[in-house]
Amino acid sequence: MEHLARFTLNWRNKTATLVLLAILLVIPLLVSNEYYIHVLITLGLFVILSLSLNLVSGYTGQLSIGHAAFYGIGAYVTALLMLKLNVSFLLALPASGLVTAFFGLLLGLPTMRLAGDYLAIVTLGFGEIVRLVLLNWDKVTRGPMGLPGIPAPELGTYIFMSKTPFYYLVLVLALLTVLAMRRIVNSGFGLSLIAVSQDELAAEAVGINTLRCKISSFIISAFFAGVAGGFYAVYISFVSPDSFTFMDSIMVLEMVVLGGLASIPGSIIGAVVLGLVPELLRFMAEYRMLIFGALMVVIVIFKPDGFWSARKRTRNAIMKDLVARNMLDGKTVKPRGEVSESA
Amino acid sequence: MDMFFQQLVNGLTVGSLYALIALGYTMVYGILKIINFAHGDILMIGTFIGLVLVTKFHLAFVPALLVAMLITAIMGILVERIAYRPVRTADKLIALLSALGVSIFLVNFAQLVWGTATHPFPANIGGDPIILGEVHIGILQIWALGVSLLLMAGLHLFVNHTQMGVAMRATSYNVDYARLMGINVDNIISVTFAIGSGLAAAAGILIGVYYDAVYPVMGYSAGLKAFTAAVLGGIGSIPGAMLGGLLLGVLENEGAAYLSAGYKDAIAFALLIIILLIKPTGLMGRNEQQKV
Repeated sequence: MEHLARFTLNWRNKTATLVLLAILLVIPLLVSNEYYIHVLITLGLFVILSLSLNLVSGYTGQLSIGHAAFYGIGAYVTALLMLKLNVSFLLALPASGLVTAFFGLLLGLPTMRLAGDYLAIVTLGFGEIVRLVLLNWDKVTRGPMGLPGIPAPELGTYIFMSKTPFYYLVLVLALLTVLAMRRIVNSGFGLSLIAVSQDELAAEAVGINTLRCKISSFIISAFFAGVAGGFYAVYISFVSPDSFTFMDSIMVLEMVVLGGLASIPGSIIGAVVLGLVPELLRFMAEYRMLIFGALMVVIVIFKPDGFWSARKRTRNAIMKDLVARNMLDGKTVKPRGEVSESA
Repeated sequence: MDMFFQQLVNGLTVGSLYALIALGYTMVYGILKIINFAHGDILMIGTFIGLVLVTKFHLAFVPALLVAMLITAIMGILVERIAYRPVRTADKLIALLSALGVSIFLVNFAQLVWGTATHPFPANIGGDPIILGEVHIGILQIWALGVSLLLMAGLHLFVNHTQMGVAMRATSYNVDYARLMGINVDNIISVTFAIGSGLAAAAGILIGVYYDAVYPVMGYSAGLKAFTAAVLGGIGSIPGAMLGGLLLGVLENEGAAYLSAGYKDAIAFALLIIILLIKPTGLMGRNEQQKV
């Protein structure tokens, strides 16, 4: 019965996904307004960013408020590779992902000793240090003036001239991110990430290498953010430290939390909603951000679990899942029952 | 060596201001376990209130400071009532988002009312600096240091020697036990926000006067630094916030003088990361062992 229900649900989900995909594919053919396409492209970038942060802060439960640093590193790596070394875009994009992943490894290491708010402040410090280095390393980054004139991507003989190819590129990147994240979080590794976020000590007790989980999630997360940065660099064709500030990190975190922690549809919805609201409020002119701030407080008060939360998954269910997948060699783990949060 | 002492004076000045702001973060964190991200912006509004009192109402500096502190304290209570109290039982991250909403709101409110430009702060409390050897100590520096030390001493007395202060410490130690002891936790939280916001207004006005600049996003960098100071000292600990603030101010000024001025802030954050890695709960933080 349960299988049947799951099958119907999957089937319905699949149909919905296909319809959505078809709509996304034909949008540029129907919409001629460049501004709308631009908004959609930024939404695509937000989706990649929020999904990547969701892996660290949602699934693994490591609060990160320096995610924009990865985005920035990716953007600068692509910009520098293309401007100074004439590397083609097709090579520069994965390269920026890999370089950023290395920085993800660096930021993952402090999780060895730090957790919670103290870890958050280290990610904040990391984000600020990256921004300040971009700002002060004049010889390479031209400091606050930024790097203009990043060439448009070329695929063979095709050069990206209008917004449409950028739209399809970001669509492909975002879809790849969704697929990758789905595979990751549905794997045994993904379950151990969730176990780490629920109770690190218990996770360790059942034989999960928690440190490796945390560091790996930082590395993967950074990789995707770096790729998003690389795309941003060629799309805007200009990078400066101003685009990768603390506020940008916070915006991405907001998307993840507002969408619902540890939920892939949640992160997508969060990115779309928070990306769209400021655009929709444009008619309010100078009152736009004022309303946006107030709206955030109101949404949070009335919807404290986010739009699409996966938090309801209890630890028991996760442990059962782990056992079912022979992750725990059939040893039964007796959950400790609900521990009150306030204790 | 003169440069060292000069930077020490400069560092202690800004450090004492960081400490004042850090107290607000740390006191709120001690009780609610949330990072009040709107704290820097409450500071900014307090500074503008002080500026308006001086320029439009022609108050002298000290009365303006006191009135601004009072108004900002009331604002702090309101912010807590409206934005934090409804989400108190929700996930800590949710409270963080609410705080960010308040932060965005306040910055944009200030931009609408006072514009995005930088305003000078005509406080008329300047004068010739005191010169000790080669070290210059500005009158404004003495003001900043004096006022913040006075306020910190006042807070110390309040927290340690009044009934309300004891209740506050009890609440910070354990909210549930405090409630069982008959402490009105809601009131304590209001008082905490009032004191934190009042201190932030004082710090903001002193910063505004010291740099002769008041602008809507001034709370961002001041808040970030003060938050760093609070964590450095061990967030939740009042003496820790004072120590963290002073230490951060001195270290970043010495660092800027001897290493690189452009990387001044980067030095501060790098130090923070190193100290946290060595002592994960800050310098004076409570070490809470995770138990099964």
